[in-house]
Amino acid sequence: MNDARLPSDVHDPAPGKETSATGIWRHRLALFRDSDLWQSFIASRLVMAAAILTALLIGAAFLAPVIAPHDPYDLKSLELIDADKPPAWEEGGEARFLLGTDDQGRDILSTIMYGTRASLTIGLCSVLLAVAIGLSLGLWAGYAGGRIDAAIMRVADVQLTFPAILTALLIDGVALAIFKRYTLEGGKFWILVMAIGLSYWVQYARTVRGVTLVERDKEYVQAARLIGIRPVKIMFQHILPNVMGPVLVLATINLALAIITEATLSFLGVGLSPTEPSLGTMIQVGNKYLFSGSWWMVAFPGLTLALLAVAVNLLGDWLRDALNPKLR
Amino acid sequence: MAWKAKAVATLAATVLLAGAVQARPITWARTGDALTLDPHSQNEGPTHNLMQQIYEPLILREYTGKLLPTLALSWTVTSDPTVWEMKLRQGVRFHNGNPFNADDVAFSIERALQPTSDMKGIISSIDKVIKVDDYTVHFKTKGPNPILPDQLTNIYMMDKEWSEANNTVTVEDYKAKKDNFAVRNANGTGPYSVVSREQDVKTVLKLFDGYWGKGQMPLGIETINYVTIKKDETRVAALLSGEVDFVQDMPVQDIERVQKTQGLKVNLGQENRSIFLGMDVGSADLKSDDVQGKNPFADKRVRQAINIAIDREGIRRAVMRNQSKPSGMIIGPFVNGYTEALGKAPAVSPDKAKAMLTEAGYPNGFSITLHCPNDRYVSDEGICQAVVPMLARLGIKANLVSQSKAKHFPTLQNGESEFYLLGWGVPTYDSEYAFSFLHHTRTGRFGSWNSTRYSNPDLDKRIEGLSSEVDIPKRNAAIADIWKVLQDETIYIPLHDQLLAYAMKADLDVPVSPDNVVHMKFVAAKK
Repeated sequence: MNDARLPSDVHDPAPGKETSATGIWRHRLALFRDSDLWQSFIASRLVMAAAILTALLIGAAFLAPVIAPHDPYDLKSLELIDADKPPAWEEGGEARFLLGTDDQGRDILSTIMYGTRASLTIGLCSVLLAVAIGLSLGLWAGYAGGRIDAAIMRVADVQLTFPAILTALLIDGVALAIFKRYTLEGGKFWILVMAIGLSYWVQYARTVRGVTLVERDKEYVQAARLIGIRPVKIMFQHILPNVMGPVLVLATINLALAIITEATLSFLGVGLSPTEPSLGTMIQVGNKYLFSGSWWMVAFPGLTLALLAVAVNLLGDWLRDALNPKLR
Repeated sequence: MAWKAKAVATLAATVLLAGAVQARPITWARTGDALTLDPHSQNEGPTHNLMQQIYEPLILREYTGKLLPTLALSWTVTSDPTVWEMKLRQGVRFHNGNPFNADDVAFSIERALQPTSDMKGIISSIDKVIKVDDYTVHFKTKGPNPILPDQLTNIYMMDKEWSEANNTVTVEDYKAKKDNFAVRNANGTGPYSVVSREQDVKTVLKLFDGYWGKGQMPLGIETINYVTIKKDETRVAALLSGEVDFVQDMPVQDIERVQKTQGLKVNLGQENRSIFLGMDVGSADLKSDDVQGKNPFADKRVRQAINIAIDREGIRRAVMRNQSKPSGMIIGPFVNGYTEALGKAPAVSPDKAKAMLTEAGYPNGFSITLHCPNDRYVSDEGICQAVVPMLARLGIKANLVSQSKAKHFPTLQNGESEFYLLGWGVPTYDSEYAFSFLHHTRTGRFGSWNSTRYSNPDLDKRIEGLSSEVDIPKRNAAIADIWKVLQDETIYIPLHDQLLAYAMKADLDVPVSPDNVVHMKFVAAKK
């Protein structure tokens, strides 16, 4: 890393105006362009398309208050007279509701934007939580072995018998007992993240433990141990890169799963309020209207979720291959 | 070979012929299952719905609302106004073959009055049941009770010998989850006996051979598969695919689709159930609002403002898909005490509502938590969602908490909600039932569903007085007076009466009952 700073300073000296900081950044960018990660990224059009799609969806979601034609969370603006309108190009549709409206008169397009924001935030946070817990415990169990391994894995087995919904209700109940009365929005959000995160960590722990068991007896780990590197460092710096592959794949699949779980929990009254629908809630509510012919209520949010899941999955696959030291 | 073909043809003809006159099986789908088979354990609609096929009351309420002699043939008040005399039907047998007589009546009523019984509130006026002879009983009431027959329509008759032999004399303690033999086994006098039961999945019933009503009733259904399908779209799909013959809980959004499908039909009718909003009017301060030191709902003007701000027509059109009747009262037209003048939905006037709210001292409104069930009433969550914007335009920010009925009802009963949606049916068809459960101060057997903390001692006395008033015109006048006070106070915000939709195969004809309780014995099969 020491020589990394040099080339830009030497070969391309800043002509007066430029500070050394931007020089460093420019050089880092150059290094990044040469890296395996970037090369494999530009080599695959599919991955690039997936990245662009993800960026668009995330952008639309987080810029929703600026670009969405309506604000579905502004309850004053909802009129029942607008309910159940088909998309603009269908008979009876209106131009101001491009993708139609739902049973409460909300614009589907705007609600998808706002809903994706809620779903993505909860999905990402809960997956991060699950990965953090599962990865640490899995590494520890696999590396330490023996009693620690047995203890952690039995806990994981017990956790596996609790469905996400039960865990969520438990956490909801405990939170209510501790805080008596949590503030609605903020409190609900963290309960959801905790509930979903805690019910999915086992998969990561089991996967990571399995790979760790194999890796810890390999020469590079033994070598690291011999020169006296601390176990925590061995686990996170040496073993971790080798177990990240399956974890990334799992994480990308679980992102979509977490979004749907959130919808189920909302139905039970643990999740978000129905006046602020997430992508999952929209799909669940829309399902009810399939037979009556209002297909747009489920089709568009469903399509959004599917696109999001596929795009993130493709990115995950690419990241797994690009980061896997065995494939270098 | 010829004789063989002939035999097959004859057999086929016999089967066809038999099919023409004989009963058919039916698969009957509902959102939720009966909570128990113990007939006195739970006073809950879906439980009564299954119970009415297996057990029978002394007097039954038909889908027209009329009282029909069932196990009792006649009922009259004796010269003593506190004693009703009932003549019992003879030749009735329980599913196990035991005969039905006066001992069983005395036993069943006593059982329904036990502390763990959920039916005790309805018949609490009964002091004791006296056996005169095997087929005559006297009901001694604590005071004169003119509406006793109306109160007996959901009190089922059990077999004394069977209950004693199976150690199930005591009613199941449902709250403590202490069950007994009667929770999973049944021995009634009803038209159908239980073949098998898997709670929340499927109950199989078959026509009881020794049923007393044979020849008097259509009894067109031979076996009943009573199944629970929770999800709306799955239930409708099962009907469309032919897997299910009869869907009792038809989602409003799919009625049109089913009506247009060949071979299926939908029967519509009004339910004896009103949907309304309740709010805490009694507390000094609310916990879930942003107003310090006072309770906005305690101010009558606030309640009246909300009452005229709600667009019931809009809810009917968009959320209920025309399956509701907007109302200004929390009882329906079936109930004694309803008047068209009071029952008319108030005119919508957001401007006037806003002015009233300003006058009450809330020009910018306030915020409050609204609790709503999402699996109990027709489109319940949709109704709440539609109400929230109407309140928002008034300045009232309602935070909607929508949850399953398993969480919603305890929230109300524990007094943890300050603003909520509730539906109420009146099985006795008399206002007294609504008064004592919903308006009387919560004390003893009164006010168990009054989560508004409304307490009016003068009104309480008048409500209690109703149960012993035998002079019908005087009693009706008293009921009208009570409604006058309550309507002016606006303790509840009435929304609408539910309309019911039953969807079925075209060869069936199940009439909609206002109680939403089906009596399959009255159904004929046309095939």
